[in-house]
Amino acid sequence: MTEKKRANLPPPGLLIRGGHLIDPAARIDAPMDVLLKNGRVAEVAPPSKIKGSVEEKFDARGLIVAPGFIDLHVHLREPGQTHKETIPTGTAAAAAGGFASVCTMPNTIPVIDSAEWVEWLREPERGAVVNVFGIAAATEASKGLVLTDFRALQIAGAIAVTDDGKPILEDAIMREALVLGGELNFPVVQHAEDTRMTENCAMHAGAQSFRLGLRGMPAAAEASIVERDVHLAMQIPNARLHVAHISTADALKSVRRGKRAKARVTAEVTPHHFTLTDDDMRDYDSNYKMNPPLRSASDLEAILVALADGTLDAIATDHAPHAAHEKEMEFERAAFGITGLETALALAITRLHREKRIPLARIVELFTAGPARCFDLRGRGTLVRGSVADVTVFDPKKKWTFDRTKSLSKSKNTPFDGWQMTGRVVATIVGGKIVYFG
Amino acid sequence: MNPARGSLLGIEHLEASEILKILKFARRMNPDKPRPLLKGKRVLLLFYEASTRTRSSFEIAAKSLGAHTVLIQAVGSSIEKGESLLDTGYTVRAVGADIIVIRHPNAGAPHVMAEHIDVPVINAGDGLHEHPSQALLDAFTILRNKKTFKGLQVAIVGDIFHSRVARSACHLLSKFGVKIILCGPPELVPDVAITLAPGIRGTRHMEDALRGTDVVMLLRVQKERLAGLRIDLPEYIARYQMNMTRLKLAKKDAIVMHPGPIIRGLELTSEVADSQQARILEEVHNGVPTRMAILARAMGKMR
Repeated sequence: MTEKKRANLPPPGLLIRGGHLIDPAARIDAPMDVLLKNGRVAEVAPPSKIKGSVEEKFDARGLIVAPGFIDLHVHLREPGQTHKETIPTGTAAAAAGGFASVCTMPNTIPVIDSAEWVEWLREPERGAVVNVFGIAAATEASKGLVLTDFRALQIAGAIAVTDDGKPILEDAIMREALVLGGELNFPVVQHAEDTRMTENCAMHAGAQSFRLGLRGMPAAAEASIVERDVHLAMQIPNARLHVAHISTADALKSVRRGKRAKARVTAEVTPHHFTLTDDDMRDYDSNYKMNPPLRSASDLEAILVALADGTLDAIATDHAPHAAHEKEMEFERAAFGITGLETALALAITRLHREKRIPLARIVELFTAGPARCFDLRGRGTLVRGSVADVTVFDPKKKWTFDRTKSLSKSKNTPFDGWQMTGRVVATIVGGKIVYFG
Repeated sequence: MNPARGSLLGIEHLEASEILKILKFARRMNPDKPRPLLKGKRVLLLFYEASTRTRSSFEIAAKSLGAHTVLIQAVGSSIEKGESLLDTGYTVRAVGADIIVIRHPNAGAPHVMAEHIDVPVINAGDGLHEHPSQALLDAFTILRNKKTFKGLQVAIVGDIFHSRVARSACHLLSKFGVKIILCGPPELVPDVAITLAPGIRGTRHMEDALRGTDVVMLLRVQKERLAGLRIDLPEYIARYQMNMTRLKLAKKDAIVMHPGPIIRGLELTSEVADSQQARILEEVHNGVPTRMAILARAMGKMR
């Protein structure tokens, strides 16, 4: 009991000094010191202006100081699949990747479709190193038939609902979910895939899938569902639609149209979808197998445009750990998904900032203010005075090579092993406490 | 990926010169005059899918070279009990396999095997992907009948989408500058098929495909792989069945090939199957020397 009490004591003040603060929500992109106290941001001021005694100081010279990163799409595999990942290992990987908060997917065993399970996720016994926000199932057992009790889930602490991986295909159910979500200001997250068009498919449908003799998922399987969902969101008052891991040019067009019509539509993209295409998969390496699949070069181009022009709100990893024996097998039978928490920032800096000249402030926005807005994570995604003391400190120029054997995730299923990248997380601070220092 | 030397995973990444070397060596192979090139070696035939021609042909080829063969089929082995592909691979390696010949319903299965197991792996057909030994024996058959690939036009008719034979044939013939015409309905010959290799064009009309053609390769409509595709068989027969009238559109000395099994009355008429121009049984016959060459190559004995 004393242990617990001590842990609950507010951490001492921490002064992050000498760094360059990028806080897009507050429109700050300048050298600033940040003082954290009692789990909150106590003061933000130009260099050396913060007076008074502080127990701890963090030297951020030459580094970027940003609000703690938020990942909207993570599979921590608990309850039920601890051989792939656990909350401690998954959140340790998140911290190493600069994420102070992760939103977890409910496709666990059992499915997180009740208030009890949402509360279970948040108990301190789970051993999370970073903030864990539960996304609950939208329908009972994610069967797509009967809506879950949105109100109870929301009160229990769920921040959104989804049947990730088992998309809601029935128009009536999706409409019902968006209506109820609209009434409660509760986002409905859709993994957009018309599964009637993707049976037995292992990759994107195109020249490459034909060459490899693999059945392909047509781009239309995603685009048609996004089109339908955006259409519904435009009709239903206050409905909130969030499109998960968008991957096709046509689906982006629908999102853009919804946003122009002032519908409450948001969308996320994964680092692998802005980095790789279906052409990159060689020799049936299942570390290139995920759902949605790697798409064509023209889809990737459309994603880059949407990242720059604001159509996309967030970069989310879709961190999907799997054990080696679930991946090292026939490509068509191997599990979908790759890990992503520890490579997201470096891929964004390398691909988007250095190669495509997207400003660093925009990239920070996609990891902070953008995702915070999608799910209304109040007091997060910014470092204005009074907000939660979640901070990510990174070196945007540091070159490094990713070695998957050193990953903190329990699983090592990544196509980025051995990749040379630029940009590395130096520290992740959660509630004023340094949880990762690299 | 780093497969063991002597592996044959597909035609796509094989050099033209290497293909010619195999075909040249195959011409010296004769199952009626056994040569003990693989004396004492163990060839494991791992068949996850039904096969008549390929299996018996590899078996006879291996035995003609003096090797022992062991056949493992999905039914009646640990595969049925849920053993993974790689665990089966490690097991046959531990048993002492010198060569693994694998037939599998999933594309890329031989590649996964070759990635992890340090024994030459020979792809005897993987899903919809490739069937390299079939392409080699077909090339062998074409050269027996046409002497050279130079200036040849080959029409491949039928279910290209589900055909590993077609994919391997396209890769092989393309490497020698052969003009390739793919013919069939959009469901079976998608537009994207012509991107497989240089020198391929597509058509929906038999007349177009056959005019000036030296070799007609017919393919079976693979009912077991259609998975939801609806093909109107009477219409298919009306438009794409090879009959004697259509055959006359091709060059006078055109030959008709088919990887088998043939379905008389569907992709071809009995008259075509039994005609002077058919080379269907010759292909089967040529399978043995071709596979002897492939197995000898796997053990570094192709000299």
